[in-house]
Amino acid sequence: MANAALSRTQGQLAVTCEDAIVQVRDIGKNYGDVEALRGINLEFQRGKLTTLLGPSGCGKTTLLKIIAGLVPASSGEICVNDKVVTGPGPERAFVFQDFALMPWATVMRNVGFGLELRGVPAIERNRVARRYIEQVGLAGFEEKYPHELSGGMRQRVGIARAFAVNADVLLLDEPFSAVDEQNRRKFQEDLLRLVDLEKKTFIFVTHSIEEAVYVSDRIVLLSPRPGRISQVIDPMIDRTASPDDIRRDAGYLNTVEEIWQGLRQYAE
Amino acid sequence: MTLFGIRIPMMMSLVMWAVLWEVVGRLDLIFLIPPMTSVISAGMDLVQTGSWQNATLITLRSFVFGMALAIVVGVPLGVLMGRVRIIDNIFGLWVNMFVSAPLSALVPILMILFGLGETTVFVTVFLFAVWIIVLDARAGVMQVPPSLIEMGRCYGASRWTIFSKIVLFSALPEILAGIRIGLIRGVKGVVIGQILVSIIGYGELFELYSRSFDMERFWALTLILFAAAMLLSAAVELFEKRIEYYAGAR
Repeated sequence: MANAALSRTQGQLAVTCEDAIVQVRDIGKNYGDVEALRGINLEFQRGKLTTLLGPSGCGKTTLLKIIAGLVPASSGEICVNDKVVTGPGPERAFVFQDFALMPWATVMRNVGFGLELRGVPAIERNRVARRYIEQVGLAGFEEKYPHELSGGMRQRVGIARAFAVNADVLLLDEPFSAVDEQNRRKFQEDLLRLVDLEKKTFIFVTHSIEEAVYVSDRIVLLSPRPGRISQVIDPMIDRTASPDDIRRDAGYLNTVEEIWQGLRQYAE
Repeated sequence: MTLFGIRIPMMMSLVMWAVLWEVVGRLDLIFLIPPMTSVISAGMDLVQTGSWQNATLITLRSFVFGMALAIVVGVPLGVLMGRVRIIDNIFGLWVNMFVSAPLSALVPILMILFGLGETTVFVTVFLFAVWIIVLDARAGVMQVPPSLIEMGRCYGASRWTIFSKIVLFSALPEILAGIRIGLIRGVKGVVIGQILVSIIGYGELFELYSRSFDMERFWALTLILFAAAMLLSAAVELFEKRIEYYAGAR
């Protein structure tokens, strides 16, 4: 475990890295009188999985939605591939906590929906959709409707949809929080496989410490009221080991413990 | 339903009441209730008369036109109210007032405005049906999950595309529920309108039969209307089920 490149600007932690694909510059967000985020300076390294972790109310989902362009920031700016962005764009894709699938559309159409919105012809988008449906392990379910699938399978559809648009950055908002525990573990393993396979940048929001340590290259801890960066941790876990070995690894367990010690002050 | 361990079909309750009616009718207790069998045979004769067929045509015409207008006006208005705050503020109070108001009281005014004819009945059907269609369409549009709209924005949909590909489909089950309730209210509208106007369609027949104490025909006409309303509602429900199938797990 090593602490990342950290510096302090105006008393705030700032995180920088080489080859940053997403840069968060001095982002602040107010909802009326409530300050949700203050002075966030954060860079996300290309091709890595970075997790935003923190207790509820720390603004991690808000930050993710600001990066996605779904929520406007009150101050500061977001750069993706060195360009300032103010709204959603094709280089970013989002995976929703509640899946956000269209209940009237089949798995195939849901997965291909991002391409449909871009005007990709049906044959081409079905070909792409089929490939990603297979990759997330849903082959054979192409013509099913969301309500015929379990929660875990629905989120696989959401992930396949995000992959299908071939975005550089995937934003995942607590994607496994509505999935039961057994499936979540399987999911985390599959996610690691997909990260390895797709060579994309992942920004992942979760409130589960174990999940964060298990899947992340870097963990950014946020503290609540207002949301600020409190700590940055690079877990440095050997991912070539089997999932069960990783979960028993001393480094893994120590990192989980350290993060818990940092967060326990916010627990009720 | 089971009684003493024996399964009884759903239609049994209908049959039991019909038998009870028959018995009461045969006992000749009150002239208001003639035996069921003579009501049915009166009905058989009735549907073959020109006056019934003519009345049915007029009734259907007012009903279909009134309902068509109620749907054409009600769905877009409800959708707009659900999407545009100002329109909701302008119409919200009125729609909520009319949806629960005793509209029958307005029919005499309609008679003055539109005369003693089909137009009044047509307007009555419209007024009975339209408000619930508006409210349900509005509710359907308003309860589209916010994440579905964010999903559309995130994957690059324009405002119009979000509306036409996500909002409308998401609201479809509620819109259809509104139309089904609207149809049932429309049936009430057409009957009440015609009875109050009382010189056309079923209103004229009801007036005629009750004045001349022709209870067989009176009941036959009532039963036909009940059956028609139930069939209509069942037909829409069947259609709704097919929609629900794919919007099922909400």
